[in-house]
Amino acid sequence: MASGQERILRRRIRSVQSTKKITRAMELIAASRIVRAQQRVEAARPYAEQITEVIRQLAASGAGLDHPLLQPRDEINKVAFVAITADRGLAGAYNSSIIRTVERAVAEQRSRNVDYSLAVAGKKAESYFRWRGYDLMYAGTGFSEQPHYENARDLADSVIELYEQGEIDQVQLVYTRFLSMGTQRVTTRRLLPIETGAITERRDDEGLTAAYEFEPEPNEILEHLLPRYVEARVFSAMLEAAASEQAARQRAMRAATDNAEELIKNLSIDANKLRQAGITTEIMEIVGGAEALRQATHTPDHEAFREMEFQQS
Amino acid sequence: MAMHVELVSPERILYSGDAEMVICRTVGGGDIAFLAEHAPFLGALDDAIVRIRKTDGEWENAAVHYGFVHVRDNSVILLSDLAELESDIDFERARRDREELERHAMDTDDAAVEARLRRVHVRLQVQDLAGSRG
Repeated sequence: MASGQERILRRRIRSVQSTKKITRAMELIAASRIVRAQQRVEAARPYAEQITEVIRQLAASGAGLDHPLLQPRDEINKVAFVAITADRGLAGAYNSSIIRTVERAVAEQRSRNVDYSLAVAGKKAESYFRWRGYDLMYAGTGFSEQPHYENARDLADSVIELYEQGEIDQVQLVYTRFLSMGTQRVTTRRLLPIETGAITERRDDEGLTAAYEFEPEPNEILEHLLPRYVEARVFSAMLEAAASEQAARQRAMRAATDNAEELIKNLSIDANKLRQAGITTEIMEIVGGAEALRQATHTPDHEAFREMEFQQS
Repeated sequence: MAMHVELVSPERILYSGDAEMVICRTVGGGDIAFLAEHAPFLGALDDAIVRIRKTDGEWENAAVHYGFVHVRDNSVILLSDLAELESDIDFERARRDREELERHAMDTDDAAVEARLRRVHVRLQVQDLAGSRG
């Protein structure tokens, strides 16, 4: 029977419709959160810039650039990767892009006989790497959408500690940079040792460096400052990742909503076709039945029929 | 004579405005006050109070738990990853924390407890200043 099939189709349409409502809601929520996440990126900028500026001034005044956090090591035996992902999925390729990038980088290090270790943020990376038996030295979860400075400090400090102990010789930071609403890019940056290029480069517009007073000695300030600089870099990576996560989710959910709409359209056409076919069959049956009935009851009454024709014309 | 003052935390700018004077404490150097047109200065801040005397004569006090101060071009920039303005501090809670931590500190020499106690003391100092002002 056609109506049974039609009922199944109608039920599917209803189910797709309710899924569409959910994906649409998620799309709108993500869209509103992008703005807030972007504001947090902006709000964090002054601190990061000032910290960098202070380091620049210290370096220009001759503070020791031989600090352990600044010194590249001759022999690299172990590289740590800091990977920043989301706690939740439904964000398209957002999480898998980071995970794939890290996996590739780890494989590359291993092929050169260099050991690795992972420090991850976000449940997605944690469960992926833990499940596959990767060496996880740190996992921070539950804050991917709204990272706070403490989260960054926790992660950064544990990495710094291992670096200073000589457990690891280099740290790479892998996260998703937020370039614009439409563009986010997986980016790998060296976190440790700190890239001195950006710090020591002098701006053209500044003449002689002003003669500074220091309290305490420049080297001691640097000692306090460099860990804060690393923390601030991790923090701004987390904030950019949070904005990227929302943007990726918004895109994924919009695609899902569009898809659902398309599906509803096609299913509706199918259902309507079936319904029409059912109606046609019914009409055929009625007409056929009536004809059979007529033929059975009054056999040719040509006279009456002709009379009617006459009257009409 | 006024200068520009900013208190900046990693998440946002806590305070930004003109001021006559800033008093803070550097690591190992003790208290230092900055007036307008101070010479360039770079310092590491201790776990202590920062006091900002605004142009209207009012004081803005903050508990600053370590950080840095950068003075240049007639502006004082205070950076701290843990700083709280007077209006953001829950003094009720700080007092409760002090009692609890002091009890705790008796039978432990955990550095983390010591550090927390220190921070609570700095917060309560901010309140003492606020109280003595009226």
